[in-house]
Amino acid sequence: MDWHQIWEIVSTPDNVPIVALIPLLAFYIYLGVKQARANDQLIAQLETDPALAKTHHRKTWPFRPGWQKEIHVWPFLLRVEFLAAIIVTIILMVWSITLNAPLEEPSNPNVTMNPAKAPWYFLGLQEMLVYFDPWIAGVVMPTLIIVGLIIIPYIDTNPLGAGYYTIKQRKFALATFGFGFLALWVAMILIGTFIRGPGWQWFWPGQTWDHSRLIYEVNRDLPDIFGITSNLGKGIFGAVVVGGYFAAGGLALTLLFRRFMAKDFRRMSILQYSMVAAFMLMMIALPIKMLFRLLFHIKYVWITPWFNI
Amino acid sequence: MADEKDVKEVKPRAESGNGAKGNGAGLVKEIRDINAELVTKAKEQVEGLKDPTKTQVFTSIFRHKHDDTPRNRALGVLSNVFLHLHPAKINRDAVRYSYTWGMGGITFYLFIVLTFTGVLLMFYYHPSKVQAFRDVLYLEADVPFGKLLRNMHRWAAHLMVIAVWLHMFRVFLTGSYKKPREFNWTVGVILLVLTLLLSFTGYLLPDDQLGFWAVTVGTNMARATPLLGHEGPLGAQLHMTPYNDIRFGLLGGSIVDANALLRSYIWHCIGIPIVASIFMIVHFWRVRKDGGISGPAPVMLASEAEKQRRGVKAAGE
Repeated sequence: MDWHQIWEIVSTPDNVPIVALIPLLAFYIYLGVKQARANDQLIAQLETDPALAKTHHRKTWPFRPGWQKEIHVWPFLLRVEFLAAIIVTIILMVWSITLNAPLEEPSNPNVTMNPAKAPWYFLGLQEMLVYFDPWIAGVVMPTLIIVGLIIIPYIDTNPLGAGYYTIKQRKFALATFGFGFLALWVAMILIGTFIRGPGWQWFWPGQTWDHSRLIYEVNRDLPDIFGITSNLGKGIFGAVVVGGYFAAGGLALTLLFRRFMAKDFRRMSILQYSMVAAFMLMMIALPIKMLFRLLFHIKYVWITPWFNI
Repeated sequence: MADEKDVKEVKPRAESGNGAKGNGAGLVKEIRDINAELVTKAKEQVEGLKDPTKTQVFTSIFRHKHDDTPRNRALGVLSNVFLHLHPAKINRDAVRYSYTWGMGGITFYLFIVLTFTGVLLMFYYHPSKVQAFRDVLYLEADVPFGKLLRNMHRWAAHLMVIAVWLHMFRVFLTGSYKKPREFNWTVGVILLVLTLLLSFTGYLLPDDQLGFWAVTVGTNMARATPLLGHEGPLGAQLHMTPYNDIRFGLLGGSIVDANALLRSYIWHCIGIPIVASIFMIVHFWRVRKDGGISGPAPVMLASEAEKQRRGVKAAGE
């Protein structure tokens, strides 16, 4: 166990925000889940008791008749904002006094940093470079993430859970977003920060970063395994595999949706459902391709003269 | 009212003093009168200053009284240009930190901190290959509080990225993007992207190894842009070379060099902040126009959602 190496990574000034991100996320997830559970309990109670549902104020916080429903922004909201500003300022001050912003040697195109890492918030994309060509990891994926985020309100047809925390009423939405944000975005950043060392190689926490380590790894392409050698054959094979994934996956997804989320399925327009299915399949394709690479050393699935996937 | 009376009384005496007698005794009396007048006036005015809220200067700045009445509480928000984005009153639970997490507001506050520290940093920085790195060294060594300034700018930037993510996470968890706030979520996503770009363009500015290689890694991906990059799919077929593709446009050259430094400086200090400010204006405006903060809303039951939907449909048909 190389504690020095761990300390070196964790205490690198630019890594401190990521170290801070972990407890922050944990705390806010706890805060959200706690309120979601309380709300879910209330919902269950109201569903079994229609008489109570008519009179209840529908929140887990106390409310009594006669209390004002609205309060003045001055001072009740402004004091919270003022306090928040002061607390953030204090945190920033203490952080800035105790920890210096990094400054390396002057830039030098002839001396490559190893590992050369992107800013921490882009490390998820850099990690994807291991599994995908740059045009996918660096261009297509960010575009899809942005587009995917933007269309969320237009494909989520569930009318429940607007303006309050709940788990029961929005299982699918929460699971999807949680997977995308926590497993694919944040986890990849953590891997990129704490695990990836020189040569972008995998170093477990506590393993010394060995700059001369070489890994002998032969990557194959999926068509090779099936003995396909001609370019035309590889192109057609890849198209069949990728097309087959989307066709079979789309069918499976539709069957699952119809069975387990019949209400949502009926609510959605054809366009809305196709969008959900397309983005779901692309999102699931990421870990599948990663597993292909990590377990079977497969580099490309689809090879053409113009692009490889 | 009292002043006018005084003036009338004084006038005839003054005339008689000057015109008719014109001797020394009259002059002395006149001076005494003036003296007495001044003393009473000064007393009155000092008395008036004891309540500054009644002075002309004060009432010209603050357009309403400050005694603690509901009307004045509302006016305190509505008649203030910085506060008037707030409504006068809000849902009693909407101030609960456990619901809001306050991350949107903190993001905006950090943007202000970054603008402030950023402007100060600009005084000490030249975006040229010869000077940029030295400027940072001088800033840290010679400028009073220079190191603190740079640290604050960097850590506030990192904190802003985290705050934006947490804000998005909260808005998702509470389903706040749902009708009628769909469009504001879209604006928010664009602001998220702009925040990351702001941070990324700032990364190169110290012109050290860290920034240089981070930006090199980042912009190398642009080589591979489909159609628009010279190494991307179908790029070569569209006659893309390192000297005319999208990466060339980003860097102002085929390598990360002086032009890239200048471009990233201008995007960082002028271009993106202006665009982000415009989107922020829209974002905040829409929060109000879409009915204020989304909650905490009363919980809705599945049975009611169905009824409501059928009701809408029936009305539509």
